[in-house]
Amino acid sequence: MAKQELVNRINEVLAEEFEKEVSELTPDADIKATLELDSLSLVDMVALIETEFKVKLKGSELAQIKTFGELYDFVEQRLQA
Amino acid sequence: MEKRVVITGMGIYSCLGKTLDEVRDSLYTGKSGIILDQARKEMGFRSGLTAYLEVPDLKKELSRNQRVYMPEQAKYAYCATVDALKHAGITQDYLDSHEVGLLYGNDSSADAVVKSVDTMREKKDTTLVGSGAIFQSMNSTVTMNLACIFKLKGINLTVSGACASGSHAIGLGALLIKNGLQDMIVCGGAQEVNPFSIGSFDGISAFSVRESDPTKASRPFDRDRDGLVPGGGAATVIIESYESAVKRGAPILAEVLSYGFSSNGDHISVPNVDGPSRSLKMAIDLAGIDIREIGYVNAHATSTPVGDKNEAKALYNVFGDYKPEITSTKSQTGHEMWMAGASEVIYSMLMMKNDFIAPNINFENPDEDSAKLNIPSKRVEKKFDVFLSNSFGFGGTNSTLIVKNIK
Repeated sequence: MAKQELVNRINEVLAEEFEKEVSELTPDADIKATLELDSLSLVDMVALIETEFKVKLKGSELAQIKTFGELYDFVEQRLQA
Repeated sequence: MEKRVVITGMGIYSCLGKTLDEVRDSLYTGKSGIILDQARKEMGFRSGLTAYLEVPDLKKELSRNQRVYMPEQAKYAYCATVDALKHAGITQDYLDSHEVGLLYGNDSSADAVVKSVDTMREKKDTTLVGSGAIFQSMNSTVTMNLACIFKLKGINLTVSGACASGSHAIGLGALLIKNGLQDMIVCGGAQEVNPFSIGSFDGISAFSVRESDPTKASRPFDRDRDGLVPGGGAATVIIESYESAVKRGAPILAEVLSYGFSSNGDHISVPNVDGPSRSLKMAIDLAGIDIREIGYVNAHATSTPVGDKNEAKALYNVFGDYKPEITSTKSQTGHEMWMAGASEVIYSMLMMKNDFIAPNINFENPDEDSAKLNIPSKRVEKKFDVFLSNSFGFGGTNSTLIVKNIK
């Protein structure tokens, strides 16, 4: 999957689940603030990424991912691994 | 000094309607809310009969992070509670600045449990169950959701008393107010309406199999009844101290005169006569009224052969030669189970406020016990100012409420 295609797909599933406009999900935007995630809905984001892309986010990895750009990169790297 | 307990608001989401006016009209015309659900037959159900109602779409009313914790019955309860609060003239500002309690009847949340267990079995990864599952799966799901949405600060408790849950919730709420521990409580009952929630109930042959004519299947007290029809939804009643209502300038609709209760101490599913009789007598004694003041009795009668028979005997034991109209609104709604005790207070209230008694539809021929009671199969135009509502449940739990009109 090309990077832009992956980015679009991640944005699409996250925007749908958390009821946001895709345009709000930009590479520099903070994930938690943009999607209004608390400790519980963060679990749903992890589950969604795992279900859609078969990429499991561990707690320590999640702690390093703050922006959508970092999330795109993480998922891309895992898919290439 | 004991305080008087009054009803100042009602809201309902049922197979008879989503507003008080719709439900009143359905009661008045004797409409049935029962259908045959083919999906249940395909799942192996003995009976595919059920009440029909849509799960509300609350996307515009509640955020995603609020809705994700709500199973269907919590959504029904939310709709009923929004309407009841509005009916009682209670704003969010009022809830924010007063200690308002919440006592709601609910005794299952099977759909959420089944779905999360299915995910765990298939995926072998608990994260994939999602964050909503734990909150949707617990018996207290309705009260935990409503308490957070409406930011309630008083008692916050689910009452699980089988098919008497909603009635016990109102009764216990009334006791807390009567004793001065709370000024106002949001009371009610909710019931999920999905195959998983009642598959095991179907499995014990408790349901009517009169599938050829769904609207005729729920026939409480009729000689040819063959079992209950499951239903559901939610009903909310706002109760408060008389002083609180007067201070707010709220419309006072009625007074909860008494709450009687008992346990059969007998079989887990087969009701007896003694237990309900004691609940009835306790409520009547506590109400401090002459039995002849009771103008209408909303029976528990679910359309099961033994249950209706034994309730008819208990009612005859208590009322004797005095014969107020007795009906079971379950003839129209099916058995709303955890919700029933609360919804039937609302059905009775709507009748009392509009001077009629809804027909006990499908009551065509009495049996030897129901023949001793005054059960109208046609609507009765009648003014009455006091009603009694019975609710009984598995394990032999019984609850009786007596409510008096306030004009």
